[in-house]
Amino acid sequence: MAYNSISEIIEICKEDGISFYEAVMRDTCKDTGHSEEENMTRMSEMWRVMCEASVGYDADLKSRSGLVGGSGRQMEAYMKSGGSYCGEFILTVMAEALKMGESNACMKRIVAAPTAGSCGVMPSVYIAVKKNHGFSDEAIVKSMFVAAGVGQVIAARAFIAGATGGCQAEIGTAAAMTAAGLVALKDGTPEQIANAVAMTLKGMLGLVCDPVAGLVEVPCVKRNVTGAANAVVCAEMALAGIDSAIPVDQVIDAMREVGDNMPSIYKETACGGCANTPRGLEVARMLEKS
Amino acid sequence: MNVFDILGPVMVGPSSSHTAGAVRIGYVTRVMLAEEPVRAEICLHGSFAATGKGHGTDTAIIAGLLGMKPSDMNVPRSFEIAREKGLDFHFENMVVKDAHPNTAVINVEGDGGRSIRIQASSIGGGRIMVNRIDGIEVNFTGESNTLIVHNTDMPGNVSRITSLLAEKKINIATMQLYRHEKGGFAVMILETDQDVPQEIIEEAQVLEGIIKVTYLQAVEV
Ligand code: SF4
Repeated sequence: MAYNSISEIIEICKEDGISFYEAVMRDTCKDTGHSEEENMTRMSEMWRVMCEASVGYDADLKSRSGLVGGSGRQMEAYMKSGGSYCGEFILTVMAEALKMGESNACMKRIVAAPTAGSCGVMPSVYIAVKKNHGFSDEAIVKSMFVAAGVGQVIAARAFIAGATGGCQAEIGTAAAMTAAGLVALKDGTPEQIANAVAMTLKGMLGLVCDPVAGLVEVPCVKRNVTGAANAVVCAEMALAGIDSAIPVDQVIDAMREVGDNMPSIYKETACGGCANTPRGLEVARMLEKS
Repeated sequence: MNVFDILGPVMVGPSSSHTAGAVRIGYVTRVMLAEEPVRAEICLHGSFAATGKGHGTDTAIIAGLLGMKPSDMNVPRSFEIAREKGLDFHFENMVVKDAHPNTAVINVEGDGGRSIRIQASSIGGGRIMVNRIDGIEVNFTGESNTLIVHNTDMPGNVSRITSLLAEKKINIATMQLYRHEKGGFAVMILETDQDVPQEIIEEAQVLEGIIKVTYLQAVEV
């Protein structure tokens, strides 16, 4: 893996007069030994599975704890009722994020992006972008490389697992990747991509990993929604020309510092946060008995 | 690490370590058994024992033993399928000394009489590490083509295998040697750049000092 910082990618874009997508693709071709076309095919398969998972959502399923299931349908019904504050685009994002998170909790097929717990953030936004703004599958798949390239740098400089860095590393990374993809879709500059990533991560810095009973259900499913919304608003800020006061690589390093200093009760051990609330503990005891 | 380590794997939920990794552990165990499994004793350690049930770790391991990959939609139905296929299984919780928190120990018997004992851990993102084979400490992921050779701990065995591979123009990427005790029985783990064809495995099998040869074709995570 060639890129250890976002600034390095921006540098290469400038020097060689290429786009962020091209910089990531060039590195991917080198690493996988496959052509651009082959890599595009493989990424298209990820996108296809994401869409298939959305279509295959079953609102009647319940997760093992019984706490998760059916919210995606509720959100869609609310959207149709027409009385909401938000517009259709963001409502679609919300419904899709819930559907994907619930499908994951109910053992349906998903794409880890970057993890299974955070699998709803990216597809929810892309599905809404396709439905409401008419972007092509090809444009979406290309921007997924931009998103994954950003994820790669975060994985190299910090972490992408709740067990090592808290939820900022999972939902935070998923949101930052998605924001980057959104900016790339609208032909934003590499600097704008960097700003979107920085702003998204700053908004999620310090988020703890506190799954009730140790299961990827609560608060995970709904955090996919808030992560996705965060990605959208930060991409919009970046596209509006707003800069991040702290450069992106320094924000990623800050996330690392926060994660390194985070007590282990907030790293997927189910000993703190939501997991340690009276209700959370009650659910855990209930599951142990069954 | 490339972009497909970030986006992917395609998997059945809910957890890449507790579900996808667990399927892979079962799958790799089946490949090493090289027979249809008929009986399996599975011990879960650490977080696999604590939250495995809620994450479907048990269903996932059985799915892998039945030959399913992490993306197989039938993973949640594996217990039912195991019964249809006549795989008898049993789960227990166990504390394994110095083991990774997500560890399983699988004792499995095949329909042809072979048996194997595998200790493996799920190390994140659906990736796994095999830690022990039949009590001998080893270390490999199954992400490369892997040749596992049980042999007597005698001079010449290593060179017999490596020259056989060299003859067929198969490049060895990494090689590890492990043994039970001096002069006893040993395991060679060779990761190769090229696929190892069946005839080489058969040829290796009958070489002097070689007890058992198992081949694991690289499995994408
Ligand atoms: S709370 Fe933990 S398990 Fe849940 S999504 Fe966040 S990092 Fe993943």
